[in-house]
Amino acid sequence: MAGIDYTALIPNNVSLHENRRLQRALEDWQPKFLEWWRDMGPDGFQAKEVYLRTATSVDAQGWAKFGYTRMPDYRWGIFLAEPEPGRQVNFGDHKGQPAWQEVPGEYRGTLRRLIVTQGDTEPASVEQQRHLGRTCPSLYDLRNIFQVNVEEGRHLWAMVYLLDAHFGRDGREESEALLQRRSGDADKPRILGAFNEKTPDWLSFFMFFFVTDRDGKYQLASLAESGFDPLSQTCRFMLTEEAHHMFVGETGIMRIVQRACELMRERKTDDLRKHGGIDLRTIQRYQNFHCSVSLDLFGSEISTNAANFYTTGLKGRFEETKKQDDHLLKEAAYTVAELDGERIVTREAGALVSLNERLRDDYIADCARGVARWNEVIKQHGIDFELRLPHRAFHRAIGMFADVRVSPDGQVVSQAEWDAKHGNWLPTEEDKAYIESLMQPVTEPGKFANWIAPPARGINGQPVDFEYVRLA
Amino acid sequence: MTVDFRTEPAKYKHWKVSFDGPVATLAMDVREDGGLRPGYELKLNSYDLGVDIELYDAIQRLRFEHPEVGAVVLTSGKERIFCAGANIRMLNQSSHGWKVNFCKFTNETRNAIEEATAESRQSYLCAVNGPSAGGGYEMALATDWIILADDGSTTVALPEVPLPAVLPGTGGLTRLVDKRKVRRDRADFFSTLEEGIKGQRAVEWRLVDEVVPRSKLEETVKRRAAEHAARSDRPTGARGIALTPLARAIEGDRITYGTITCAVDRGRAVAEITVKGPGAPPPATLEATHAAGADFWPLALARELDDLILHLRANEEEIGIWVFRTEGSADLVEAHDRALQEHAADWLVREIRLYLKRTFKRLDVSSRSIFTLVEPGSCFAGTLLELALAADRSYMLDGALEGDTRKPAAVRLTGMNFGPYPMVNGLTRLASRSLDEPARADDLKRRIGVDLDAPAAAAAGLVTFTPDDIDWEDEVRVGIEARAAFSPDALTGMEASLRFGGPETLESKIFSRLSAWQNWIFQRPNAVGDKGALRVYGTGRRSEFDRRRV
Repeated sequence: MAGIDYTALIPNNVSLHENRRLQRALEDWQPKFLEWWRDMGPDGFQAKEVYLRTATSVDAQGWAKFGYTRMPDYRWGIFLAEPEPGRQVNFGDHKGQPAWQEVPGEYRGTLRRLIVTQGDTEPASVEQQRHLGRTCPSLYDLRNIFQVNVEEGRHLWAMVYLLDAHFGRDGREESEALLQRRSGDADKPRILGAFNEKTPDWLSFFMFFFVTDRDGKYQLASLAESGFDPLSQTCRFMLTEEAHHMFVGETGIMRIVQRACELMRERKTDDLRKHGGIDLRTIQRYQNFHCSVSLDLFGSEISTNAANFYTTGLKGRFEETKKQDDHLLKEAAYTVAELDGERIVTREAGALVSLNERLRDDYIADCARGVARWNEVIKQHGIDFELRLPHRAFHRAIGMFADVRVSPDGQVVSQAEWDAKHGNWLPTEEDKAYIESLMQPVTEPGKFANWIAPPARGINGQPVDFEYVRLA
Repeated sequence: MTVDFRTEPAKYKHWKVSFDGPVATLAMDVREDGGLRPGYELKLNSYDLGVDIELYDAIQRLRFEHPEVGAVVLTSGKERIFCAGANIRMLNQSSHGWKVNFCKFTNETRNAIEEATAESRQSYLCAVNGPSAGGGYEMALATDWIILADDGSTTVALPEVPLPAVLPGTGGLTRLVDKRKVRRDRADFFSTLEEGIKGQRAVEWRLVDEVVPRSKLEETVKRRAAEHAARSDRPTGARGIALTPLARAIEGDRITYGTITCAVDRGRAVAEITVKGPGAPPPATLEATHAAGADFWPLALARELDDLILHLRANEEEIGIWVFRTEGSADLVEAHDRALQEHAADWLVREIRLYLKRTFKRLDVSSRSIFTLVEPGSCFAGTLLELALAADRSYMLDGALEGDTRKPAAVRLTGMNFGPYPMVNGLTRLASRSLDEPARADDLKRRIGVDLDAPAAAAAGLVTFTPDDIDWEDEVRVGIEARAAFSPDALTGMEASLRFGGPETLESKIFSRLSAWQNWIFQRPNAVGDKGALRVYGTGRRSEFDRRRV
């Protein structure tokens, strides 16, 4: 199972050659995917050689191999994590039954929708970032964005594999529709709001991979618990790649923070705009924006859908099998935040209907760990400033806080106060114009834009000044 | 809590009405915390009775207050959702009677939308600008032209069977096959899909009339609405009449309107309803009729009777027998009927006739026993005679009671009994009483304008019994007491089965088949038992079904 067949038209570890029907479906989809990649993939770099890693097997040892590849030649394919022998449905009403190898008819529609919603985010983020290559702060970062992009492409393949293998004609239609929707298009928008927003600059890009893509990690982790085994296996492998994406986001911001601190020390000022840096308050405002948009992705605090997904064994909690409880949650309670007039309070709600909020809590805790690492950098420079995650109720468009104005520290404020202060809390037009002015390409090996520090080390043991992308 | 069906645009919580020349737009923008009763939130543009009361009011006002409007666009005022249908939590916490009454009212309102298109010539179009499920799509189905945004997420769906395990009971199933002629196997598949159908396939399957990219939706809707409006015969320069606030006084068990009084007798479970005939001749001219507006007697009658029926249905569930009487001059009623016939082509008169038609239909489909008493001093002529013809049973006093010097009771036919007020089966009440000998109803045309005494009325098949003064009081008393003693459920089923003999129509199928099935399913453990789908909906628990087919 672990070995990947790279001799096939579509690299895979699922013995695709034994399933003619599926092979035909995927071979029919492959050219359409490549056409989409050419139209909507990274703009201007399709012919360049990029130092990319490619999966060679799905086990922990040596699953990646590095080498120069033109992105359209990247070997996208189908990789599933190793099956777990005797795996069972681990939660909900079907708990204890053997995990499903085929889609249960009763849940076909729901599962398909879950997979399509997840799958839709993958090409969406490639589309959102397609122009960023032209303003890269270094070859190192340029290579990283392309690595992330090709892997998002592979995650799309993973979801399409599930749709084509298990959902018949409807599944194949959905596979095509995944290539037809376009991020930000008024007529064919991507499904989730955050994936129709622009990613106009690299600060936004790093933030996206620190917070927004982390939502993807938590969604995938919940789906990896699914009683539908092929979905579980697929998501488990995707999570190994997801870790790198988080790394790109977190270290990207960390390097910007580091550079800000260096400039503050050198220039003895926290007004870095004269000196071409990104000050910590601007970083905080960008973080506030991206966090709030990403918190929305988890959905309403109280959700029947989430409860149904759980009870029916389709989508579990984060680290479901590590939790010590009955995995049914019928009588259990969970604490959720709630608006009580002008105050934000907590109350006990049914655990089943609170699963979105629970996942959001896990996610917030994870984000907080990353922010703490950035604050270490600030502290090491002897600067008295702390970056903070905004309150969960801040700037929300979905859920019970959508209709109120809340400050980043969690106080309900009047519209007038919001109007007066939101410029301190969210990126202003001036911020955006300034950040845009910084977006000048730096493509000489080993050189970095002034607003970002070099990374501590290169990729795959290569030096930082390695030619990660051959532009010549 | 008393449900009040009277409202006006200034009080709307859930709908926004806007005008652009001959096109009106009704945008649904349901306030989540604006539910009629506590215990549920109206999320995703889902609706309860309160939302539908406003819709009903808006439709009425568009007809009467806006003669210039030839097309109405029904759409959502929210960005990402058209309408998620009836609120499931509301249904779940409601009594069986409330659910049934709610569905009946919403059905009547959907039917009124279709009637407005066909007969008021105010065409309804629907711009589906976000997912529409269940009652949401059923609302679209009531319109004449459905335009679907093609954006990858806007769908039409009837998920009642797969989700809460009930039916799309607001005409959905019937309209799919009978109105839109969706092939039955496709309709079957569609009605089992939680997520519905979108895009081109929705057109191919006849579920909608066209799909357009979201960016073209507004422009397309505008163009189509203009086309529909251009085909209307409604006057462009006319002025509407104001549907002024309806005066009603409720004092104890007595409800008083201008022309109707109703005394609720709780001991006998009877509502004694007396309709007063007009106090004066109709306005001499059409202009004067327009000037009289909401005070014109036939319109006042329609509004008050409509409100009373709705009030009694929603608020007086235990009052199982409605006894109708009339008081006044048959000549004046007939004079008003003549005015309604003479000016039938006028837009306002047409609206009043249609309103009366709808109101009598409401009576027909009410789950109450309807008795009519024809006594001296009454004015059962023409339009008011429909109250006797609609009754499950009518008693007409033959002669006079001792000491009463008034003329003996008579009934009188007018032209209004021969066509303008069909029942949901498409027949007039006269024709529905003459299924054995259809020609008899036509023969009666020769008796128009003639006072028919009790023997003549009985011979013509217009009344059930004609006791004389010796038997009258006892017969009437015993008839009502016996009725009150029967099982209300058995009576409802019996009456509904007997009232609409003859042919079936879309409407009769909706009321007599779809609603009956729905009301059965609403009672069954598979929906409302402890583990029934409707009961567990929203809790995250799975339903468990009794697998036996019944």
